[in-house]
Amino acid sequence: MDAPDDFPADLLPEPFRRWFAGRGWAPRAHQLDLLAKARAGRSTLLIAPTGAGKTLAGFLPSLVELAARPAARTSARPPGLHTLYISPLKALAVDVARNLERPAQEMALPIRIETRTGDTPASRRQRQRRDPPDILLTTPEQIALLLASADAGHLFADLKRIVLDELHALAGSKRGDLLSLGLARLRTLAPAVQTVGLSATVADPDTLRRWLVPQRGAGEMGDMVVADPGAAPDLSMLDSAAHVPWTGHTARHSLKEIYRLIERHTTTLVFVNTRMQAELLFQELWHINDANLPIALHHGSLDVSQRRRVEAAMGEGRLKAVVCTSSLDLGIDWGAVDLVVNVGAPKGSSRLMQRIGRANHRLDEPSRAVLVPANRFEVLECRAALEAVRAGAQDGAVVRAGALDVLAQHVLGTACAGPFDADDLYAEVTSAEPYAGLSRADFDDVVGFNATGGYALRAYERFARIREMKDGRWRVANPQVAQQYRLNVGTIVESTMLKVRLAGAKARFGGRVLGEVEEYFVETMRPGDTFVFAGEVLEYLTIAENEVRVARTHATEPKVPSYAGGKFPLSTFLAAGVRALLSEPARWASLPDQVHEWLDLQKLRSRLPGREDLLVETFPRGGRYHLVAYPFEGRLAHQTLGMLLTRRLDRAGLHPLGFMANDYALVIYGVSDMSLAVARGKLSLDALFDADMLGDDLEEWLAESALMKRTFRQCAVIAGLIERRFPGKEKNSRQVTMSTDLVYDVLRRHEPGHVLLRAARADAATGLLDIRRLSDMLVRIRGRIDHVVLPRVSPLAVPVMLEIGREMVAGGASEALLAEAEGELIREAMRADDDRDRDGRR
Amino acid sequence: MPTTTATATAGDEGTNEGEIALAGARLVLDPTGALWWPAERALLVADLHLEKGSAFAARGVPLPPYDSRATLSLLELVVARWNPRTIIALGDSFHDRGGAGRLGEEERASLASLARGRDMVWIAGNHDPEPMPGLAGMHAGELRIGPLTLRHEPAGPLPAMGDGRQAAPGEVAGHFHPVARLVLRGRSLRRRCFATDGRRLVMPALGAYAGGLNIRDAALAGLFGGDFDAHVVGAARTYRIAHHACLPDR
Repeated sequence: MDAPDDFPADLLPEPFRRWFAGRGWAPRAHQLDLLAKARAGRSTLLIAPTGAGKTLAGFLPSLVELAARPAARTSARPPGLHTLYISPLKALAVDVARNLERPAQEMALPIRIETRTGDTPASRRQRQRRDPPDILLTTPEQIALLLASADAGHLFADLKRIVLDELHALAGSKRGDLLSLGLARLRTLAPAVQTVGLSATVADPDTLRRWLVPQRGAGEMGDMVVADPGAAPDLSMLDSAAHVPWTGHTARHSLKEIYRLIERHTTTLVFVNTRMQAELLFQELWHINDANLPIALHHGSLDVSQRRRVEAAMGEGRLKAVVCTSSLDLGIDWGAVDLVVNVGAPKGSSRLMQRIGRANHRLDEPSRAVLVPANRFEVLECRAALEAVRAGAQDGAVVRAGALDVLAQHVLGTACAGPFDADDLYAEVTSAEPYAGLSRADFDDVVGFNATGGYALRAYERFARIREMKDGRWRVANPQVAQQYRLNVGTIVESTMLKVRLAGAKARFGGRVLGEVEEYFVETMRPGDTFVFAGEVLEYLTIAENEVRVARTHATEPKVPSYAGGKFPLSTFLAAGVRALLSEPARWASLPDQVHEWLDLQKLRSRLPGREDLLVETFPRGGRYHLVAYPFEGRLAHQTLGMLLTRRLDRAGLHPLGFMANDYALVIYGVSDMSLAVARGKLSLDALFDADMLGDDLEEWLAESALMKRTFRQCAVIAGLIERRFPGKEKNSRQVTMSTDLVYDVLRRHEPGHVLLRAARADAATGLLDIRRLSDMLVRIRGRIDHVVLPRVSPLAVPVMLEIGREMVAGGASEALLAEAEGELIREAMRADDDRDRDGRR
Repeated sequence: MPTTTATATAGDEGTNEGEIALAGARLVLDPTGALWWPAERALLVADLHLEKGSAFAARGVPLPPYDSRATLSLLELVVARWNPRTIIALGDSFHDRGGAGRLGEEERASLASLARGRDMVWIAGNHDPEPMPGLAGMHAGELRIGPLTLRHEPAGPLPAMGDGRQAAPGEVAGHFHPVARLVLRGRSLRRRCFATDGRRLVMPALGAYAGGLNIRDAALAGLFGGDFDAHVVGAARTYRIAHHACLPDR
């Protein structure tokens, strides 16, 4: 692991050797490799586990080069920026700067290191432009802002290196798209610049390698250095002694075991998939926290100051455990963490590997992680994930082209810096990996959008934001455009957040702010409903002035379970793993007895879903008829499928009443007998599941889909069609509000091919609607539908059946009703055909 | 006490579904958000906000330029349905004073053909207080026809007892763009609506980009004595919902 003593002497200058030795360290092989790559002028991707000195490896070449530079300081022109470090997290940039100061100071290197984030005072930001530091640590949004200023060319002219930290977390997202365009621009301004990507284990290293170098049509790639991955992780699944639930995501049955794990370890990170799960689990843990262990909560909805306090307490080793969401997937390393608990389904093997990597940063010791499935399907998913991690298998890469709305923002930003030539800019943009396949027509549409909105009806020529000059270059029409751009920069469009304020006992106002919730969550609540937030059960009182007013209650069970599903859908790779596991009964021995028994019964009563087939069951129950399909394509794709199937069934006169989807299956229920309709030839399942549903049916549904409208709003904001806080910052009560839904409706009707609608549809394909995955599935199962007609509900159908009616629970008696329904359903599914067997079953 | 305070209950004697009685006048609530007054063969519409898109474009926000076209198509549809003798627009027909000047040719022609053979009345709104040059029809501050007073902005809360102009029931106005929010089986709906207590009626905005204000907002709810109803527009009819069954938004 450590470097051999005979590494080339000139690679690491003497002061650096002494510094390493002084700390009792030896430079690691990958750190030296990066020095050699830098010397050879190669852009490089470094893949290394957490704790392997990854960041230092990224900076060493810069430090060595800068240490040798003092003489240049005396020249007439002060040297410009030497190295840019870009991180997805503001906090990470600040932390890395602090860690970098130490070697620089200890070796007395004449290097100025500074950070630049949204929190940096305006005076310092101005000074940084005039007199840049040697190393600047910042975020993608700040890069976009710097590039949009007239002095960008001057500022970046001397740039030698760009270090991209946690590159895997940025690539493949809109934030990554923006950064890739910024990189392309930086390469134009400083053609000799080298890039270094730092990443944890990643599904598709080749994409990241292409990111690092300009694309010229041949899939050019940067070099790659893979560090020693260290000891294999010690990974297990919690084999709970308690009953494994049929459904739900709280893992309440394993609570005591999780608590005991926390007790036995120094510091534990408990990961869950959603904020609400975090809330529930945190609350449950405190109910049984007899030893008063310091257990904290961390998720993206909590007040920032509260999150920072938790992070600080963690850094000081004052906490025994933190219950958290993906809010802590990335970030500052905490050396004391010796256990990671992942509650619920891991959803993807790459994400799981990253979470496991958060424990134990000493490479010679294995990271320890325990998976806690919350229900039976999650047992299967955890088993598949365990096997994937042991085999080092990653989720496949999701192929995705750079977003057009992000490109629109970048084009405007480029114009803000100075006039651009469309041909040159097109060449530059397509050198960025996500945009390598961008057509000239799409590019021109984006330029046209920035000019006059890009409408076929050319009504806005005189209001253009950018104009073509006589020499053919484009410039901004007036200084206000640049002003608008600066306010709008970035790709993170928060859903409207409402503050949650505790109403005082008497006073209508006052009271503490507990955090923020998304608007859509509140939209479905009525006064009197209770929900869990910030670790308490709260009663929803009212909404006033953009705040949710709540009161504490004595209730222990919230009325609104508010589980919006795992935030990330099951990955295609893990889905295939679960299907494989299901189709091979010989492998079930590794599963808990209850789960094993459940699958045995499914085999007996119905059939098992095949590896490539689509199992569809139809059966009557409770005066209704049900159709259950098991595509295993994740909740988002299933929801879209459910919407489209119910439309089709409705048209076929089969009167569906509704549907419910989880990550594994979906159920459609209605008043018509679907088994009978198939038997009589009135309903063809092949036709029902035909991929042509993605044509007119999809279009019709998209016209009214709230998800699609939300997607459009995000594109409109990112592209700068509307301002972030459109129409006004503050809504006074008399002001009439206009939503982007109206814009969507009008545009869709009058110009369905508009570039922003195209951007929104591309997002829908991979985002909230997951249409591409649905489409792949429909093609895969064509002619392979395995239909089973059943007299009653099958064991495998129980989990998704139990979710019917679970989305919203209103009224006090609902919990009791649900429990009753649940008991009935399970008895029915597990009941032996022969009544004598009944006593034999547990 | 005013003599006519007939409550507007669908199914009441003299009114059918989608109809209300206001100060003795029988009115039909069209699902487009327009109001049809059979006795006068008059069609009332409120808050068209024509050329709002181009007004935003002038400020650097190039909203799709099809809003006037969309709004006028809706107006054409409802005019074809009732074939009115008179069309009365209750103000804010244009989003700003320069609105009519920015109308496209197609939209200009559409307006002209709507006005052909009928009386067109443009009531002043706060966005368009002056007559628009080159627009067919007459301009008015407010209008009294039979028992009804038509104006843009409702004239403040009606006193329970009193005298003078404000006390008289029978006001039809716009300005507030009322919308109702409902939560049904966990789903949140926000739709345009008529708001009425049987004494006054506030009409929904017809404009494609007009947007809306929740009827539970104090500015709107305060116009009514206490009880009032939302008549929520649907695909083919309006739905009458008591105001307390509607939820506030933000």
